[in-house]
Amino acid sequence: MDEIFGIPAPLLFGQLLLGLINGAFYAMLSLGLAVIFGLLNIINFTHGAQFMMGAFAAWMLLEYLGIGYWWALLLAPIIVGITGVILERLMISRLYKLDHLYGLLLTFGLALIIEGIFRNQFGSSGMPYRIPPELAGAWDLGFMFLPVYRGWGVIAALVLCLATWLLIEKTRLGAYLRAATENAALVQAFGVNVPRMVTLTYGAGVALAAIGGVLAAPIYSVNPQMGTNLIIVVFAVVVIGGMGSILGSIITGFGLGIIEGLTKVFWPEASATVIFVIMAIVLLARPAGLFGRA
Amino acid sequence: MPLSRRQLLAAGTAAAALGGLPPARAQANTIRLGVLTDMSGPYRDSTGPGSVVCTQQAVAEFASHGFQVEVLQADHQNKPDVGASIARQWYDQGVDAVIDVPTSSVALAITQIAKEKNKVFLNSGAAVTELTGAQCNPNFVHWTYDTFMLSKGLAGALTKAGGSTWYFVTADYAFGHALQRDATRFIEEAGGKVLGAARYPFPSTTDFSSFLLQAQASRAKVLGLANASGDTVNCIKQGREFGLHKSMRFAALLMGLVDVHSLGLETGQGLLLTESFYWGLNDRTRAFGKRVQPKMPNRAMPAMVHAGCYGVTLHYLKAVADMGVAAAKASGADAVARMKAMPTDDDAFGPGRIREDGRKLHPSYLFEVKSPAESKEPWDYYKLVATTPAEEAFRPLSEGGCPLVRS
Amino acid sequence: MANSATTITDTAMRERVTPGEGIWGFSRAQLAGVLVLIAFLAVAPFVLYPVFVMKLLCFALFACAFNLLIGYVGLLSFGHAAYFGMGAYITGYAAKAWGVTPVAAIIMGGLVAALLGVIGGWIAIRRQGIYFAMITLALAQMVYFFCVQAPFTGGEDGIQAIPRGSFLGIADLSSDMAMYWFTAAIFLAGFLLIHRIIHSPFGQVLKAIRENEPRATSLGYRTDDYKLMAFVLSAALAGVAGATKSLVFGIATLTDVHWSMSGEVVLMTLVGGLGTVFGPVIGAAVIVTMQNYLAEMGAWVTVIQGVIFVACVLAFRRGIVGEIANWLKVKL
Repeated sequence: MDEIFGIPAPLLFGQLLLGLINGAFYAMLSLGLAVIFGLLNIINFTHGAQFMMGAFAAWMLLEYLGIGYWWALLLAPIIVGITGVILERLMISRLYKLDHLYGLLLTFGLALIIEGIFRNQFGSSGMPYRIPPELAGAWDLGFMFLPVYRGWGVIAALVLCLATWLLIEKTRLGAYLRAATENAALVQAFGVNVPRMVTLTYGAGVALAAIGGVLAAPIYSVNPQMGTNLIIVVFAVVVIGGMGSILGSIITGFGLGIIEGLTKVFWPEASATVIFVIMAIVLLARPAGLFGRA
Repeated sequence: MPLSRRQLLAAGTAAAALGGLPPARAQANTIRLGVLTDMSGPYRDSTGPGSVVCTQQAVAEFASHGFQVEVLQADHQNKPDVGASIARQWYDQGVDAVIDVPTSSVALAITQIAKEKNKVFLNSGAAVTELTGAQCNPNFVHWTYDTFMLSKGLAGALTKAGGSTWYFVTADYAFGHALQRDATRFIEEAGGKVLGAARYPFPSTTDFSSFLLQAQASRAKVLGLANASGDTVNCIKQGREFGLHKSMRFAALLMGLVDVHSLGLETGQGLLLTESFYWGLNDRTRAFGKRVQPKMPNRAMPAMVHAGCYGVTLHYLKAVADMGVAAAKASGADAVARMKAMPTDDDAFGPGRIREDGRKLHPSYLFEVKSPAESKEPWDYYKLVATTPAEEAFRPLSEGGCPLVRS
Repeated sequence: MANSATTITDTAMRERVTPGEGIWGFSRAQLAGVLVLIAFLAVAPFVLYPVFVMKLLCFALFACAFNLLIGYVGLLSFGHAAYFGMGAYITGYAAKAWGVTPVAAIIMGGLVAALLGVIGGWIAIRRQGIYFAMITLALAQMVYFFCVQAPFTGGEDGIQAIPRGSFLGIADLSSDMAMYWFTAAIFLAGFLLIHRIIHSPFGQVLKAIRENEPRATSLGYRTDDYKLMAFVLSAALAGVAGATKSLVFGIATLTDVHWSMSGEVVLMTLVGGLGTVFGPVIGAAVIVTMQNYLAEMGAWVTVIQGVIFVACVLAFRRGIVGEIANWLKVKL
C-alpha cells in the first residue's frame, strides 16, 4: 500500500471524498445565509436555529403525521419558511433603517429563544430519525464504502446551489432583487413591490436552511443544539467567500470542506479552529472576502 | 435632581429584593437538600429533572423519622462558577447536603466548598476519579459511577471476550483522554492492543465520518468511543452508515439508557456499554423503576444517575436518623462518617458499602443493547452480558492517592 | 460603512459635556449617580449576600470595559471573553502555582490581557462593522482552543481552589467581607478610570473618530493608533475584571473564554444602555440577578435572555439607563 505524507493512499482519497461531501453540505447551508446577507443586508444569526427547526419539522412530520422523508423535503422548508416570513414581517423589517449590528443582535436573541423552547420541550438528547430505505446501503468504491445517503446529499446540495445561483444571477426576479439592494426606492418606483420581495427572499433563505436540516436529520442527531455548532462555521464560510457573493459561498463551502477534511487526517485536534485561522487571514488580505464586492 | 436620585434608589432596592435570598431561619428540625443539576444542557435527560424526582422519591419513602426534609433544585448550566455560587449560597443559607452535580469541573469546585463549610456533598452525576483520589475529603460521597468503573467493566470484559484490537475515537478534552487512558490500561492488562486513536475537537464536532474512516482503515476489531451523550450517538449513527458495524464491535465508554433511547434500538442494537443500574435487572430494581416512572419527565424509566440520587439520599437520611438531626446538621464530616459506618441497601443498587475515600461500592454490569425484535416493552433495552463484583469494579484504595486513606 | 443607516452609537446618548465641566467630567446627574453607587457599595454587603455582590461587581467592570469600545469608539467586539478569561486564568495560575499575592496576580492578569489586546486589536482594527466583529470572534475562538489544549489551564476542569491570599499582608482575603471591600475598591477604581479616559483629550479624539473618521484623519490624527489604544485599554480592564472574579470564586474555567460569555457581556451592555456611564453597571446587575434568581427555575433562563435581547433591540435600544436619561433629559 503506498503512502502519501505517511497516510495510506486509500485513506487519503477517502478523506478527500468525505471532505468534498461535507463541503457540499457547508455550501448549501451557507447559501441561505449568503442570500439573506448578500441581498438583504440582514445578518441572520437565527440561521442555525432555522436549520434545526427544519430537522425537527421532518421528525415531527414523521412522528405525529406519519409523513416520510421525501414529503418532508418539500413540506418542512415551506413550514419553516413561513415562520421566517412571520419573523421578518413582525420584527426584522423594523431594523432596516438601523445599523446592521442591531439585526445581528436581534437574530441572536431569536436564536436563543427558539433553541431554549425546543430544549424545554424535547430535552437535549436527540430524536431518532432513520435514513429512508431507498437511500440506505453503501457503494463499495474500493478505497472506502460510500454510503448512498451521502452521495444523495452531494447531489441534492449541488442541485440546490445551482438552482439558487441561476435564480439570482440569470432570471428577471433575481435581477429585480439585486437592483433592489442597490436602490430600493428606484425599483419601487418602477412598480415592483420591494418590501414583499424582501420578505419572500428572507423566507426563501430560511427555507434553504430548513432543507439543510431535513438532509441532515438522518445522519446527525436531531437535537436542539445541532444548529449552534454549525452556525459559526457557516458564518465563517460566508464571510470568507464574500458577503455579497453566492458563488463565493459555494466555492468557499466546498474548499473549506476539503481543507477541514485534510486537517482531520493530519492534525485532527485543530480541525475546528482551522476555519477561523483562514477567516482571519482572508479578512486581513482581502477585507471583502474572496469574491465579495466591497 | 431629587427625582433621579429617588429613582435610582428605588431601582437599587428592587435589585436588593431580587438579589438576596431570605436569611437562614432557625429550622432546627428540617434537613434541607439541594439538587444541583443540568436542566438545560446536554445532560438534562440523563440527570436534570429526573434526579430531582428520584431524590423526592427517596424522601417520600423515608417518611417521618421525627424530622422534616425539604428538597430544593437549581440548574448549574454546566458552568463551574454558576454551580459554585449556587452551592455557596445554599450552604450559607441552611442547606445541609448538595446532591447530584453532573459535569466533573463543577463537581470538583463544589467538593472544595463542602469541605470549607463542613457540609455534605453527595455526588451521583460526575465521573472523574479525582473526586475520590487526590481531591477526596471527609465531606464527600461518590455514588453511581466513575471513569475507572466504566473502563474496567467495558474494556476488560470485552478484550477477554475476543475484542483484542481497539481503535479509539476520543473527544479531545481531559474527560475524553481519561476515558481512553483508563480503557487502554485494561485492554493491555487483558492482553489486547490499541492500534490508534483519533482525537476530535470537542464540543464542536457533529460529523465524525473522517475519524470513523480512520478507524476502519486500522482494521481493529473494536471501535472504542471515548466520548459521551450526543457525540456517542452521532458516532454510532454514522458508524453504521459507513458499514463499520460489519467488521467492528462498537464499545461506548460512557453511554446510558437515555442515549440508547434517543438512538433507537434499530441503530443501537449490539452496542456494548457499562452501567451500575438498569431498571430491568432484577425484581427490586424493577419495582423501583415502576414506582418512580409515573413521576419522571415524559414517563421515562429512571437511568443510572437518577437511581444514584435516590440511593444516596436514602442512605444519607438513614444516617441522619441514626445520629440525630442536630448532630448531622452541625457537622457534615460526621454525617458522612456515619454513612460510611453503616452498610447500604436500597432497591436500586442492592447491598453495598461506602469506602474510606468516599467511593460507594456496588457491582458494575456489562450490557448489550437488544435488537428491536428482542425488546418486549417500552424501555426494555438491555441484556446482561457480564457482572464485575463490587470489590473489583472500582479503583483499589492504594492507587487513589487519597489523603484520607492511611496506608 | 452604513450609508444612510443609523450607527449603533447614534442611539447612545451624545456626550455634550466638554472635558473639565463638572467635577471630573461628570455632569450633575451623573454625580448624583456616582454618589448612589458609592452608597450602594457601602451598604450592599450587609443587606445582600456578599459573594453575589462581588460577582455583580466583576461583571459590571467587564461590561464597563466592553462599553468603552462599543459606546465610545463604535466597535462591536464579539470576542471579549478572550480577555476576561485569560485574565482569570493567568491570575488563577499565578496565585495558585506561584503563590503570588492577590494584587500582583491581578496586575499580571491585566497585563497579559492587555498584551492579547495589542495582538488582537492590531489584527482587528483594520476592519469595521461586521468584519471587525467576525475577526474578534475568530480570535476568541482561537484563544478558546488554546485554553482547551494548554495544560496550565486544566482543560475543562479549569483551575480550581485558587487561594485568595492576603492583601498587602494586612488583611486576610479569605473572609468574604474583606474580599468584598477589595473587590469594591477595584471596581470603583476601574469605573472612575474609564470615565476619566472618556473625558480626557484622548477621549475627545475617540469621539471624533466615532463621529467622522475621515475628518479626524484629515485633521492629522492617526486614527488607527487611537482605536488600538482604546482596544488595549478595554481588553486590559476586561482582564482585570476576570482576574478579580477568579480570586472571588477560586476557579477559572473554560466558561470564562467561551463565546457565550462574549454574548452575555453584549447583552448586559445593551440592556443597560450603550454609551452611557451607568448603563453597563445596571445591565450587569440585571443579568446577573436574573441568572441567579432564575437558576432555581431551571431551563427557562436561555429563553428569557433571548426575549430580553429581542425586546431591547426592538423597543429599548437606549437600554434602561438610556431610557431613564432620555426621559429625565439628563446624561447618565
